[in-house]
Amino acid sequence: MYRYDDYDRTLVRERVAQFRNQTERFLAGQLSVEEFRFLRVQNGLYIQRHAPMLRIAVPYGLLSSTQLRGLAHVARRYDRGYGHFTTRLNFQLNWPELPRVPDILAELAEVEMHAIQTSGNCIRNTTVDPLAGVGHREVADPRPWAEIIRQWSTLHPEFAYLPRKFKIAVSGGPDDDANVRIHDMGFQLVRRDDELGFRVWVGGGLGRTPILAQVINGFLPWQHLITYAEAVMRVYNRFGRRDNPFKARIKILVKALGAEEFARQVEAEWAHTKYGPATLTQTEVDRVSAYFTQPPYQTSLPATDGALDQARRNDKAFDRWVENSVHAHRVVGYVAVTLSLKAPGRRPGDITSEQLESVAGLAERFSFGEVRITQTQNIILPDIRCADLYLLWQELVHLGLATPATGLLTDITCCPGGDLCELANARSVPIANGIQALFTDQNTVEDIGELKLNISGCMNACGHHHVGHIGVLGVDKQGKEFYQVTLGGAWGMEAALGKVIGPSLAANDVPGAVSRIVEHYRSIRNPGERFIDTLRRAGVDGFKAEAYRNVSPAEQEREAVNA
Amino acid sequence: MPKLIKQRRVVEDSWQTLFLQPGEEPETMIIPPGPVLVPLAVWELQRLELRERNDPVGVWLGPEDEPAVIADDLVYLPVIAVRFPHFKDGRGYSTAALLRRRYGYTGELRAIGDVLRDQMFYLHRVGFDAFEPRADRCIEGALAALDDFSVTYQGAHVQDQPLFRRRAA
Ligand code: SF4
Repeated sequence: MYRYDDYDRTLVRERVAQFRNQTERFLAGQLSVEEFRFLRVQNGLYIQRHAPMLRIAVPYGLLSSTQLRGLAHVARRYDRGYGHFTTRLNFQLNWPELPRVPDILAELAEVEMHAIQTSGNCIRNTTVDPLAGVGHREVADPRPWAEIIRQWSTLHPEFAYLPRKFKIAVSGGPDDDANVRIHDMGFQLVRRDDELGFRVWVGGGLGRTPILAQVINGFLPWQHLITYAEAVMRVYNRFGRRDNPFKARIKILVKALGAEEFARQVEAEWAHTKYGPATLTQTEVDRVSAYFTQPPYQTSLPATDGALDQARRNDKAFDRWVENSVHAHRVVGYVAVTLSLKAPGRRPGDITSEQLESVAGLAERFSFGEVRITQTQNIILPDIRCADLYLLWQELVHLGLATPATGLLTDITCCPGGDLCELANARSVPIANGIQALFTDQNTVEDIGELKLNISGCMNACGHHHVGHIGVLGVDKQGKEFYQVTLGGAWGMEAALGKVIGPSLAANDVPGAVSRIVEHYRSIRNPGERFIDTLRRAGVDGFKAEAYRNVSPAEQEREAVNA
Repeated sequence: MPKLIKQRRVVEDSWQTLFLQPGEEPETMIIPPGPVLVPLAVWELQRLELRERNDPVGVWLGPEDEPAVIADDLVYLPVIAVRFPHFKDGRGYSTAALLRRRYGYTGELRAIGDVLRDQMFYLHRVGFDAFEPRADRCIEGALAALDDFSVTYQGAHVQDQPLFRRRAA
């Protein structure tokens, strides 16, 4: 895992001092509300419905046990003893007091954390595959490249006031668990002959106008990662729209120009800077990569563990959890494990200080002191010995982190929504909990199998509803909360955007509609066929008819009038 | 006289920035005596006359102005200003970067408009060496903000080598 050196430490401390000064000037009336808004968001601070909200970066989703304890500490000392992991690999505190935010940041700096560029019209935190470094089909580890991007993009003087926010993903291979196609710019590691490079995607993004990224460069040799990225950024900074914030993302520029023309402009720009000082050196890549070497795995562990098999046979609950929470690992005798933050009835992604501390302890005991945060708002322990699984599971059950739902319908990805978020059109958490309450039978949930359900409280799509197999979007109809349902979204290399199936539904009708959609799938699927594949094969009409079957006509009619 | 930060010092500013008034045409704009910064459109249309003038002349660029247009004129321009109509409009940073690093401009590059202390560090790094901070703000604060950070990761006009090329081998 990356560790700060003196440069990193100094920079983060100086950023805290700068922000402290900005906060003091604001409180003294020397900065206008609008000026301070632009400054504070570049440090992750929002003013929300009930209180400020502080968004802390978890760079490319990696946390050490020390950092987990640091988050637990600030959540307890400055907030209400819990926080929230977002789909964008950040940790949010919902109730900090504005004058104390500089102190929070100073404490975070001591555990090598910060809130730099977690919001605002700048380059944000980089995403990588959650199983980076342990996945089977990886071409190369994306984490060193994400760290190189982190350093390059941090306080980049030319790109701090872009037309709009800018999100980058680096994916380690063909499976693209980083979801490069929903990012403003994505780098997918590929090998050509013996050379390592990137397939470069641009122009993806969700929000009001969801668009999937397109390839603008099929093979970019690794040395040129930064010079090429700067060329993309400069074209965007100069020519991205600034007249309308809803049309300001790079996706709109790429769409307006066409990917080919955009690529041509990038090439023209790049021709001037290619081979310039920002060209990466083998020395630098080696230096950064050295932070991401393999932990000291035990070698020659058996591929199967007799005690584990026995425990699975004897303990049905454990067996279920293993079935749904364990991921294959590159090293024989090890697995990666998801710790579910989706306990039914809780806000998806929330975690208490006590849980954070316990996870820190478990990571130290079982997984070399490191965890990963996922875009589906769960935690992964990447390096667990198979022989430790039973023990680990018992601890997780005790902590409430062993919901055996990973990848299943009840593993709902959900933004904070109207309970907390200032921008929300509708609450999202009660919908998630309502759906979970309809699916309490684990046999049924397992029978349904792989299904991504994503909920956003507004167009901003923080819950990634467009790419959920089933998506739910909160909309505001004359002051009332309604919900649009989309079907057919998907992630990774099979990425697709879901389509709205019809008029929006009242909150009460959403769980039932989801349930009927799922029942329809079960009734028409071929053996072994996933929900998304059945939907693609059979088409949306049957699902749609089911979704609206029991919705009261009055509801639908009123909707039609309002639509 | 208004104040200016120039090469890390607060100085009096003798230059006058000219704006086209409604109805005024760039070809016929009357240029007053003394050092002036003219809009790009005026420079383009009165270039020859302006170059002959006794008093110094410079050009200011708005966010949409293409710096390539003056790439061949740089030797005649002791001052180029880039105007920020609002601090959140970041196009001027790229304009400055292009003027310095691509076109090799070595004269005074001045940030004008909505110039605030919190942008000073970035402005300086991309190549501005003169700043007209907004008149209602403390100019000493803006000057101090040039040193908000002692560490930089990426190359720019000021310190063109990224950190990884500066580390001790
Ligand atoms: S999707 Fe909307 S409601 Fe949900 S967190 Fe994002 S901005 Fe808030």
